[in-house]
Amino acid sequence: MTIRRLWIGLTFVLFGLLLGIPVVRIAIGAFDGGWSGFIDGVGRPEALHALMMTGMIVVIVTVINTIFGVMLALYLVRANWLGTQLKRLLNSIVDLPFAVSPIIGGLMIVLLLGPDAALGALLNKAGIDIVYALPGMVLATLFVTFPLIIREVMPVLQEIGASQEEAAHMLGAYPWTTFWRVTWPSIQWSVVYGVVLTVARTLGEFGAVLVVSGNILFKTQTATTLVYQDVENFNVTAANSVALVLAACSVGLLLFMEWVKSRKEN
Amino acid sequence: MTNMLRSRWWSWGFRSAVMLYFVVLIVCPILGIYGQSLSGGWSSFLDNLTEPLAWNAVLLTVKLALVATLINVAVGTMSGWVLTRYRFPGRKLLNSMVDLPFALPTAVVGLMILLLLGPRSAVGKWADSLGFTILFHQPAIVVAMVFVTFPFVIRAVQPLLEEIDASEEEAAYTMGATKAKTFFRVILPNMMPGILSGAMLAFSRALAEFGAVVLVAGNIPGRTQVASVYIFGQIESDHPAAAAAVSVLLLTFSFVILWLVNYVQTRRTAR
Repeated sequence: MTIRRLWIGLTFVLFGLLLGIPVVRIAIGAFDGGWSGFIDGVGRPEALHALMMTGMIVVIVTVINTIFGVMLALYLVRANWLGTQLKRLLNSIVDLPFAVSPIIGGLMIVLLLGPDAALGALLNKAGIDIVYALPGMVLATLFVTFPLIIREVMPVLQEIGASQEEAAHMLGAYPWTTFWRVTWPSIQWSVVYGVVLTVARTLGEFGAVLVVSGNILFKTQTATTLVYQDVENFNVTAANSVALVLAACSVGLLLFMEWVKSRKEN
Repeated sequence: MTNMLRSRWWSWGFRSAVMLYFVVLIVCPILGIYGQSLSGGWSSFLDNLTEPLAWNAVLLTVKLALVATLINVAVGTMSGWVLTRYRFPGRKLLNSMVDLPFALPTAVVGLMILLLLGPRSAVGKWADSLGFTILFHQPAIVVAMVFVTFPFVIRAVQPLLEEIDASEEEAAYTMGATKAKTFFRVILPNMMPGILSGAMLAFSRALAEFGAVVLVAGNIPGRTQVASVYIFGQIESDHPAAAAAVSVLLLTFSFVILWLVNYVQTRRTAR
């Protein structure tokens, strides 16, 4: 019994030290200069612009990833027009972004679409900037968050099997109706869970965005790259304020995830 | 008839659009980086890799990632065990806190560690009085890597612990095995696949980590500069070939690890 107490106590101490204290420290640090210091840190025009950029990227990336993620998961599980071997290959490719360092993810986009690359120069001539502009940042984030929704939805699709969908098809339902009336109700909570994961990852994406955006003030700076720049400029209180906003979002998303998890299991 | 035809066209269009998106977004960039790194031929690729600063950065990263992984294996196995086997007030809270490092932006994590271990903090002063500094040295990098990869081992071990057949354990006790012996002979072997795949995922994530590390590492070339920061520096100073060469090395390493994890997991489910 005492051993049991010891282990539990040790776990508490460990979690407190490793996870609890750091989060509390950010909150304290943000209020180093009192409320006004925090308000100043978040209310700076560059901070507001950076938070807006982050918000825009979150919305665009989440919408694109949800649509393509759900469809791709459906194809990878159900499609008969893909051979088994091809399906297996594609399935293992889905995971690749997990293995790619965000910095490398950003580098790939700069190499392919940057001003020095053939394709990038062509687009540049047409007046479309990809690198050091919003499209490149969205692309980089799309790459990094690509597997999240697919990996949540695929196991559920495999588990429920195709028999209900086949029944609906036999009864003459259109594919669209079948999807909304039969498939969607059983995968909806997994999709929501994947979406929350995507939002959290997009909010926090740093390496890939830093490389692709060039971190240009008032143009391509996002919340995370602003924190980085503030720290580099020894403007720690301001960095803390923005970091606290981001951390609060993540903790909120985490709580929401717990709720979705409990819904998913029911 | 026209209706059916249209629906077929639609589905064909959807299929090609989704597949094209998949290939363009994921496959093209990866092929592109391999192509770029070899565009100057093998010899320049090897030159870029054997450049002392690059090679030191890679070695340092591997070394520190190994240390961080070992710490996480010990801590994660223990926490995973406590969180699944014991029932105590606060267990649910701790269990949801596990995912915190995944949810927090890595730049925020770096800032946290900077504040907690900095020269003006309590820990920093204490370490200073003992005659060594943590921040901007290797220990800070390990702390950042441990924090960021914290959930992997726990989340890999938990489902296995829940699955273990209680009768095996009871049989060991009935036959007179001590608690420690039961743990090491019955429970630990059952947890092993989880510990292994969790450790490999943590290792590959630690190798790739950038945001948390760049803020706390000091980034002195050859001494506290890890591979991802080296790559970033090469991009900033407009040496894409050098950046691509180191990236390809890291990528290949991570792909092999990912493949191994898949192999371990499919073997487990196949059994």
